[in-house]
This record gives sequence, C-alpha cells and structure tokens, in this order.
Amino acid sequence: MINKLDAALSFHQNALRVRSQRQELIASNIANADTPNYKARDLDFNAAMKNAMAGQTNKEAFNTTKTSANHLDGTPSTIGGGAMFRPVIQGSVDGNTVDMDVERNQFADNAIRYEASIIMINGQLKKMLSAIQGQ
Amino acid sequence: MSLFNVFNISGSAMSAQAQRLNAVASNLANADSATSANGTPYKSKQVVFSAMPSKSPGASGVKVTKVVEDTSAPRMLYDPKHPLANDKGYVSMPNVNVTEEMVNMISASRAYQNNVETMNATKTMLLKTLTIGQG
Repeated sequence: MINKLDAALSFHQNALRVRSQRQELIASNIANADTPNYKARDLDFNAAMKNAMAGQTNKEAFNTTKTSANHLDGTPSTIGGGAMFRPVIQGSVDGNTVDMDVERNQFADNAIRYEASIIMINGQLKKMLSAIQGQ
Repeated sequence: MSLFNVFNISGSAMSAQAQRLNAVASNLANADSATSANGTPYKSKQVVFSAMPSKSPGASGVKVTKVVEDTSAPRMLYDPKHPLANDKGYVSMPNVNVTEEMVNMISASRAYQNNVETMNATKTMLLKTLTIGQG
C-alpha cells in the first residue's frame, strides 16, 4: 500500500530533483558571468527526467574501459543526462559563453516549473486525503 | 538537497564581485596618488576570477585567484612646479583609467545584484518546498 503511495508521488518527486539540479547549474552560470573561459552549462531536461524515472544515473556517460580488476567503477552523482555545454550565440573576447539574458530567462522558467511541481504534489496529497476520509 | 548549494555558489560570486568592487574603489581613490608606499606612482589593481568546482558536478562557484597590478606605463603629467617633477617638468601619475574603472564598477554591482536575485529566488523555492502537504 505504502509502495503505491510512493509510486503516485514519484513522478513529481523526480521532477523536483531534476529541477533543483538544473537550478544549481543555472545559478553557477550566473555566478560565473564574469569568469574568463567559463563555458555555460545546462541539463537536457527531457533526457534527465527519463533517466531519473528509470532510476538510473548517467552511467553510459561514464562507461570507462577497465584494464585491471582493481579499477573502480565511476560513480556519477548527477541524475540523468548530465550537464552539457550551451551553444554559443555571441562569443566574447575572454572566452566566456554565459549569455545573461538566456540565463535569467531559464532561471525564472525553471523556478516557476519547480513551484508548479510542488503545487501538483499538494493537489495529489489533497486528493489522497479526501479519498482516505471518504467524505 | 542540491538547492542549498545555490547559496554557496551565489555567495562565492557575491564575495568575488565585492572584492572586485573593492579594487575599483582603491583605483578610483588613488587615481591621483603620484606616490605610494614604495615611492613609485600607484599602479592600477585588477582582480582575476576563476571558476571553483563545488560539491555537485557541473556547477561551480567563483573565487578570486589573484590580484594583479596593471603594468602599463604611468600617465605623464606636465607640471614643472610639482615637487616630484623630473628635469623635463613631467610627473608620473598612476596608470588608472577612470573610464574603465567606472565601467568595471557598474558591471560588478550589476553582477552582484544578479546573484542576490538568484539567492532570493532560490530561497522562495526552498520555502515553497517546506509547505508541501500543508495546503
């Protein structure tokens, strides 16, 4: 039974995890807007979400060749597709690829979608509650 | 919880930008200091930013790796009555470019504001997260 409750909420739980990770990446881009040679990064949300739902980390990205039995497995801690570099629209002299307009836009977008997930979780909880109370 | 890491990232960027603003203030204050502690004219100081990897992969903060002195030639001012004038009547003045410093100041304060906004937005998201199941 608890398992079913867990499954009902797992979609939005994963969405929140991927969103918060993306928020962190965008915050890092905004923080490094003046750092020479910094390259802006972002998540492929679609791929990250698919991987998060399948319950796997981006193992395929870390598929290193092992030539000895003593070599350790790479254990990536990111969920899903992993961070990728943003395509450059307008390059700058210092090699920095952060476009502040894009970053602010994406930051606000991501924050709103995060809150949307929270509202949907609340809605689901309310539904469950009224089903339990049977009124 | 990776959203908390945004505070570290934005915080590091804010302290780096504050240090840059400090350098600008020092340069502007000393724009006319014909002599400094070591007897030579004051030299313009610039901070060097670099990305600092954080706990989570892909996201990075900012740190000031070093403060460099501008090595360009001092500005020569013709003032024969000045006690530091050379035999041709010229005084070596600091190589501070006031226009450049003003632009630097605006850029630093805007970047600082951006990071404050980032932090505030993230704080709102975290507080919203705490209200899950209370509605």
